[in-house]
Amino acid sequence: MSLDVSIGHRFPSFEIAVAFSAPAPGITVLFGASGAGKSTVITAVAGLLRPQHCRVRIGPEVLADTNNGTWTAPENRRVGMVFQDARLFPHLSVADNLRYGLRRAKVRGRIDFAEVVDLLGIEPLLGRRTHALSGGERQRVAIGRALLAQPRLLLMDEPLASLDAPRKAEILPYLIRLKARLDLPVLYVTHALDELVQLADYAVLLAEGRVQAAGPVEEIAARADLPLAGRADAAAVLACTIAGHEPERQLTRLAWGDAVLWVVQIDRPVGAKVRLRIPAREVILARAGLPLADSLSVHNVVSGVVRAVAPRPPRHTAMVEVTAGGGSLLAHVTPDAVQRLGLAPNVPVAALIKSMAIEVIGDTDDTDDTEAPPAYPER
Amino acid sequence: MGFGLPLAVLTAWVLVRCRFPGRALLNAFVHLPLVLPPVVVGWLLLILFGVRGPIGSLLLSWFGIRLAFTTAAATLASAVMVFPIMVRSMRLALEAADLGLEQAARTLGAGRLDRFFTITLPLASPGVLVGAIVAYATCLGQFGAVITFAANIPGATQTLPLAIYAALQQPGGESRAAELSLIAVVLALAGLLASEWANRRLNSMLGR
Repeated sequence: MSLDVSIGHRFPSFEIAVAFSAPAPGITVLFGASGAGKSTVITAVAGLLRPQHCRVRIGPEVLADTNNGTWTAPENRRVGMVFQDARLFPHLSVADNLRYGLRRAKVRGRIDFAEVVDLLGIEPLLGRRTHALSGGERQRVAIGRALLAQPRLLLMDEPLASLDAPRKAEILPYLIRLKARLDLPVLYVTHALDELVQLADYAVLLAEGRVQAAGPVEEIAARADLPLAGRADAAAVLACTIAGHEPERQLTRLAWGDAVLWVVQIDRPVGAKVRLRIPAREVILARAGLPLADSLSVHNVVSGVVRAVAPRPPRHTAMVEVTAGGGSLLAHVTPDAVQRLGLAPNVPVAALIKSMAIEVIGDTDDTDDTEAPPAYPER
Repeated sequence: MGFGLPLAVLTAWVLVRCRFPGRALLNAFVHLPLVLPPVVVGWLLLILFGVRGPIGSLLLSWFGIRLAFTTAAATLASAVMVFPIMVRSMRLALEAADLGLEQAARTLGAGRLDRFFTITLPLASPGVLVGAIVAYATCLGQFGAVITFAANIPGATQTLPLAIYAALQQPGGESRAAELSLIAVVLALAGLLASEWANRRLNSMLGR
């Protein structure tokens, strides 16, 4: 099945012409700066806006097609929507909000009340009034309410944009759980790269009312010609399978096509799918066939002596302090590396440091990852 | 009141949400009793609903109802007079109701009527209630339209102001007038206090 959307509308100062075909079920993320036309697209898919040209199809069902005058009213579309501002009904309790769509569902659905309450962890909130909820709680209730209306497509319009970082971190795991449990097509609008990386199966990049690129997120995130690659936090997204655990080395082996990647041990079974994000500035290249020192892309090779090795048990890692140059460096490595290299106080080592990974404090060009700069230049 | 309230809510909703030719005319028509002299309104009602009027004669021949100069006539005259007051306050309340919530209800499968009764009306309920109470209090003070259409018949069509006026026409009626005025003050105050209290209760229920 697929979700096919084609929207065209001419506003007085802005023209939008967007078309994409995304796999369904799965999460399709519409990504772009504010003003790129994301919200126009999603409100048109919901039917709350009627553009001059509009065609929306989920599998065999056509919800709207301006070419032959097909237009299903929003209340008959079975398309759930989660708004940025939650829009809970203030005169109803949380439980009645949740049941609002459920009572009006035209089909006996597979999504039942107890399951949604459990998935979103909203059991303790059921009896409360909506104005007594925190931002994160409101958004969870809004997601549950939309799901219980038994939609065949779920739309989410920047559901996390009005939340602060801790609240956002509280909700993202619920969304990832939902994705794993419900096989529902989801159209998700955001301008936050971390949401794209964590949730998207399929990515549609929008800029100035046009589709810039669309494809599986792994493909889109790793394309050097797209604006995503121009960000300080540019990173590749990899879909891997757990190939095996090596508890004695405290490492997990991942299969990425025919390549093997080692990561610090993770607690998931062999065969499980995992998604990785590899920041572009952490990748070192070496040229095959040259003497080692000349073959590396790394500029800085600093000689020093190990001063101390401190294990960090919770994450199966070790912190190594190296005395070098005018002071000390810290290196965060695996215990396996400590063992293989026999790292211990007074052992001479060379520290390899990527110029790209060095942050110059006070240099505004080198922003860190937590404060993402705008995706695209301002219009 | 029982007939007037739903009709006022409906009219207000039509004026707020619907765009159609003649909307301005409907608006003006609804507000007419507010600006016309009350005696004119009473006289127009008499023309329409009197036994020889176009509506009054039909009522008489079909149902045997004689409206003019009865309690029902006094009620009708009062209702017509306070109708614009009700519509105004309800219109304000409906305009303040959040369209975003109605959109949310729409995506959850609620049709137009459903949305009106489960979302819009509950959210506008403080305004509707205040409008109803103020209209009720205003009803008690009707004079011109009532005396023209329903006359001044003690125990049937006599409103408070009519009774006070009648008392003042007789020698020594001042004490009777004073008593009646006191009743009017108490009723008006009670109405205003009740609307204030109801407004606060409803708003706190809505979490405002």
